[in-house]
Amino acid sequence: MEAIDIALGLFDLLLVFLLLWLAWLVMSSEDLFKAIVLFVAFGLLMALVWVRLEAPDIALAEAAIGAGLTGALLMAALDRLNAVKPMPAAAVVTSAKREQPSLPSKVLPLVALVLIVLGLGYALLSLPDVADGLVPNVKEQMAQSGVKNPVTAVLLNFRGYDTLLEMVVLLLALLSVWSLGGVRKLSPRNTNPVLASLCRVLVPVLILVSCYLLWVGADAPGGAFQAGSVLGAAGVLLLLSGWHVEQKILLWPLRFILVLGSGVFIIIAAVLFFTQGGLLTYPVAQAGWLILLLESAATLSIGATLAALFFGGIPKSRVDQ
Amino acid sequence: MNIPMIYALLGITLFSVGLYGLIVREHLLRKILALNIMGSGIFLVLVALGKRSVGDLPDPVPHAMVITGIVVAVSATALALTLMLKLVEVSGSAVLHDAPKERS
Amino acid sequence: MIDFFSILLLLAGALFFLAGTVGLLRFPDLYTRLHALTKADNVGLGLMIAGLALQAESLSAAGKLVLIWGLVLLAGASVAYLIARGALLRGVLPWKR
Repeated sequence: MEAIDIALGLFDLLLVFLLLWLAWLVMSSEDLFKAIVLFVAFGLLMALVWVRLEAPDIALAEAAIGAGLTGALLMAALDRLNAVKPMPAAAVVTSAKREQPSLPSKVLPLVALVLIVLGLGYALLSLPDVADGLVPNVKEQMAQSGVKNPVTAVLLNFRGYDTLLEMVVLLLALLSVWSLGGVRKLSPRNTNPVLASLCRVLVPVLILVSCYLLWVGADAPGGAFQAGSVLGAAGVLLLLSGWHVEQKILLWPLRFILVLGSGVFIIIAAVLFFTQGGLLTYPVAQAGWLILLLESAATLSIGATLAALFFGGIPKSRVDQ
Repeated sequence: MNIPMIYALLGITLFSVGLYGLIVREHLLRKILALNIMGSGIFLVLVALGKRSVGDLPDPVPHAMVITGIVVAVSATALALTLMLKLVEVSGSAVLHDAPKERS
Repeated sequence: MIDFFSILLLLAGALFFLAGTVGLLRFPDLYTRLHALTKADNVGLGLMIAGLALQAESLSAAGKLVLIWGLVLLAGASVAYLIARGALLRGVLPWKR
């Protein structure tokens, strides 16, 4: 065992310990604001874990979403929560006169927790140490996939219909938020010159990074999901700095971008179904650019959907208002 | 006991901690946080088990599943938060109460 | 020789991070903690990036590392300002001896 292995092992143990501690604090701390901040830290450390597990594609997605967008969504929800009812969240729990939880109702979940850990742990440890899973199948087909990054090949080619359905899930989530009537605006804050200038520098860089991730995803870690999340983050930053969009632009162009990903997917799937005889079975020669086309559309849709989910409100036409 | 297995065990522990929080804590925002932590635990188990392959590369199929999973999780979180805010608007409380007996 | 300089820079960077973290844990109020974190971490990260850039395989890889440093500097400085301003507006008073 070399020194570097020991150092990495110690790092792994530290990471495991920190994640457990943070998860426990997120669940147990009384202050919701604190819990959200700790959850963001948890997401950042998860990104490190993905790097340690040789999953850089997931690390990129986690850093953009788990540590960034989810935190922004939670913070915005907390802000709106406090706007709806000014009294602090903790006061509500105590004021709603509920009987003190009995001892069994405190202890039983803990016992269940320990039993679940033991049971699942036993199941995990009884698995074989070496299992190739689908690695041989992926390796065998890589040459025909049109890309060099195996994760992108799985996402857009081998299991393309998963990704197609996932685009629809994203769209459904946004439609559900809209059909609930949307949420109220964030509490007004005076716009700030520093935030505005930060936006002016960061947003173009984020768009550039997004394009880079999309392009590089064909043969290195990256791809539509990471690029879309970065684009979504740029949108969130713009919305936070008080960016106003013409209603005109919000109406049809936004809706067009929102359905672009699923739309292009479905059209390509249908065309391939009739010409190639299978849903999303790409002809080998065309696979590369078909995947790039799909990914570009998906990136735009994911970015727009995530930013719209953060905004929460429904864009209305003048007639509706 | 190899490194991926330690992370897999971390995954199930995180899942259980999240499940515990989901059951014990009352505030809905906390329950949403709990669901996110449970999700992270599940993703961890998936990827850690995919690292058992003999070759130089880990199994890319769980990786792809987890990436889509993360994006689905964030959109589900956004929907759950909206539902919570709607509930607070209607009932004035971010805690789920048992339905009154006479109604059910 | 290059390895030696890398190690030296990384260790110096780690020292700055350590100092910043000690400041975060020991300083009395939000403003002094922000001051410790932003300043020490920006320099620490710069030294770390310099150490890593010496090990980079190509010029473009080193360039990406420097770009990351630039972005962190920009974001760190702006966010520190925004946090401090938010705290001031909420009436958090600076610490006085």
